[in-house]
Amino acid sequence: MEPIKRVLITEQAKEVIDTLRKRFGTELMFHQSGGCCDGSSPMCFEKGDFKVGSQDVWLGEVYGCDFFMSADQFEYWKHTQLTLDVTPGRGSSFSIEIPMGIRFMIRSKLFTEEELKNLSPIKSGEELLKED
Amino acid sequence: MTTQTLSQSKPVDRPTVKAKYDHFIGGKWVAPASEEYFDNISPIDGKPFTKAARGNKEDVEKAIDAAHEAFKTWSKTSAAERSRVLNKIADIIEDNLEMLARLETVDNGKALRETRAADLPLCVDHFRYFAGVIRADESTISEHDEHTVSIALHEPLGVVAQIIPWNFPLLMATWKIAPALAAGCCTVVKPAEQTPTSIMVLMELIADVLPPGVINVVTGFGVEAGKPLATSTRVAKVAFTGETTTGRLIMQYASENLIPVTMELGGKSPNIFMKSVADADDEFFDKAVEGAVMFALNQGEVCTCPSRILVHEDIYDKFMERVIERTKAIKMGHPLAEDTMMGAQASNDQYEKILSYLDIGKQEGAITLCGGEKAGLNSGLETGYYIKPTIFKGNNKMRVFQEEIFGPVTCVTTFKTTEEAIAIANDTMYGLGAGLWSRDAHELYQVPRAIQAGRVWVNCYHAYPAHAPFGGYKKSGFGRENHLMMLDHYRQTKNMLISYSKEKLGFF
Repeated sequence: MEPIKRVLITEQAKEVIDTLRKRFGTELMFHQSGGCCDGSSPMCFEKGDFKVGSQDVWLGEVYGCDFFMSADQFEYWKHTQLTLDVTPGRGSSFSIEIPMGIRFMIRSKLFTEEELKNLSPIKSGEELLKED
Repeated sequence: MTTQTLSQSKPVDRPTVKAKYDHFIGGKWVAPASEEYFDNISPIDGKPFTKAARGNKEDVEKAIDAAHEAFKTWSKTSAAERSRVLNKIADIIEDNLEMLARLETVDNGKALRETRAADLPLCVDHFRYFAGVIRADESTISEHDEHTVSIALHEPLGVVAQIIPWNFPLLMATWKIAPALAAGCCTVVKPAEQTPTSIMVLMELIADVLPPGVINVVTGFGVEAGKPLATSTRVAKVAFTGETTTGRLIMQYASENLIPVTMELGGKSPNIFMKSVADADDEFFDKAVEGAVMFALNQGEVCTCPSRILVHEDIYDKFMERVIERTKAIKMGHPLAEDTMMGAQASNDQYEKILSYLDIGKQEGAITLCGGEKAGLNSGLETGYYIKPTIFKGNNKMRVFQEEIFGPVTCVTTFKTTEEAIAIANDTMYGLGAGLWSRDAHELYQVPRAIQAGRVWVNCYHAYPAHAPFGGYKKSGFGRENHLMMLDHYRQTKNMLISYSKEKLGFF
């Protein structure tokens, strides 16, 4: 049975990723932020601009982009399935979609007991880098 | 849904603003290199009220140039003169307090009674505090032996980058600008794109008292203006208030340039109510009830929002009944109306995020004790960002107990013993603020010492006077603002080790 993905994506978010890939001419990555003013937003960076390490958890790829979260935050989010979406608005972070007048956002739902038994594997940012 | 009809005093007039604001660089108004401007939306009604310059790397470079030019003289300006300038800024803010308070309310959405009573008066006092401390500040000297003297002299770091959040636009800018200027640094400030206007109006007011280039303000988006500033090899320090991912990113950039940073990041502050709080239904009990309701201050958009109420199980019913009653009595309405107690969330993004957490809390099984939904105000506020103050009951493992919602939402849980209260209080990645309420003299000292947070309010909450150091433990950052110790985050020590001996060592 195919493992259950931890991060899903909407069609609208895919379109924005395509636009940003063209504009920046590079692959992208996401890091889920926690806390304060613009916390709890998925932040989109040029791949490698945000340096991940042993304290980041890789939740998988979403539309070809690595998706990370800090390990301590993951402790509280691991029972949650995330959906990467996009909405009109303005964040104040360094996330690269913001000048477009939109921002990425996360919708979340709790995994069912069934799903929890078959989740896609995770690894640390450090492990992922060693594979590349 | 039905809307809530407002019965309240008439909103005061909005201050006049220009159609658009340029960057403030080298004491002049400089149009953005991109020639583009972006709308500044007021959270009161969700409508644009002015425009801000869309800054980019070119603008940031100009601002850094201007700051370096100014640093040549500002760094050598006497403490007396720097103090005079800071006092003058304070006087100007005080003389224009009503206008700035109204403008801050339009920019940010918070209630006028807060900008009048807190944001602006604190700005005034903060500039005066730093004007004062540098007059009494001294470097040190030590005599190592009768011929050898060591002088440890403070020198300003240079040109610094300061990235400001949107929750207290003028006050957070003041917390950063005042110590930097006092220390002899020049600054390039990047305000949040949600609230780029009030600081520009302040610059208009103080432009004549500031030497050109000492303060420069560049508006724009994070990736376009903030990033070139934070990555510049020509800034000596970056000060940031915001959330953890951007904090880490800025530290990474700083590590490449080997420069220091100060970070004021998130919080999930516990507000602990010990059993003795309810020993009597008196003045103090009433104060404690208000202390719990302080989560609604600034619509909850405070890094130290007391977003977790921990209450002794024996007094839960008596205490929370009163807290819920007081929370329901919070008057929401037009932020510019004088009797409004709680205004609008600062942006549509914030509004949506808070609503999504209300949903998450319910999904997780938290019980809604009050609020739990948008406020749906009418009378011209239909398109503004209003959310009812909300109290959830649940347990500390829930996401709503662990994640910073940054809205008027608090979560309550109970404890049986002091040890359990401390364990719950510390079970968080953050350590910014905390509150402890008790009538027991031992607890008043011992419990705050056991809480891993940089600021513990004891029998009070949400006071931010200058002269009390404020900053985080754990993942809430480092650096202590509001206090003279911040000066040392804006300067370095020049040690002169002097020999007054005429005798050679005899080594060579």
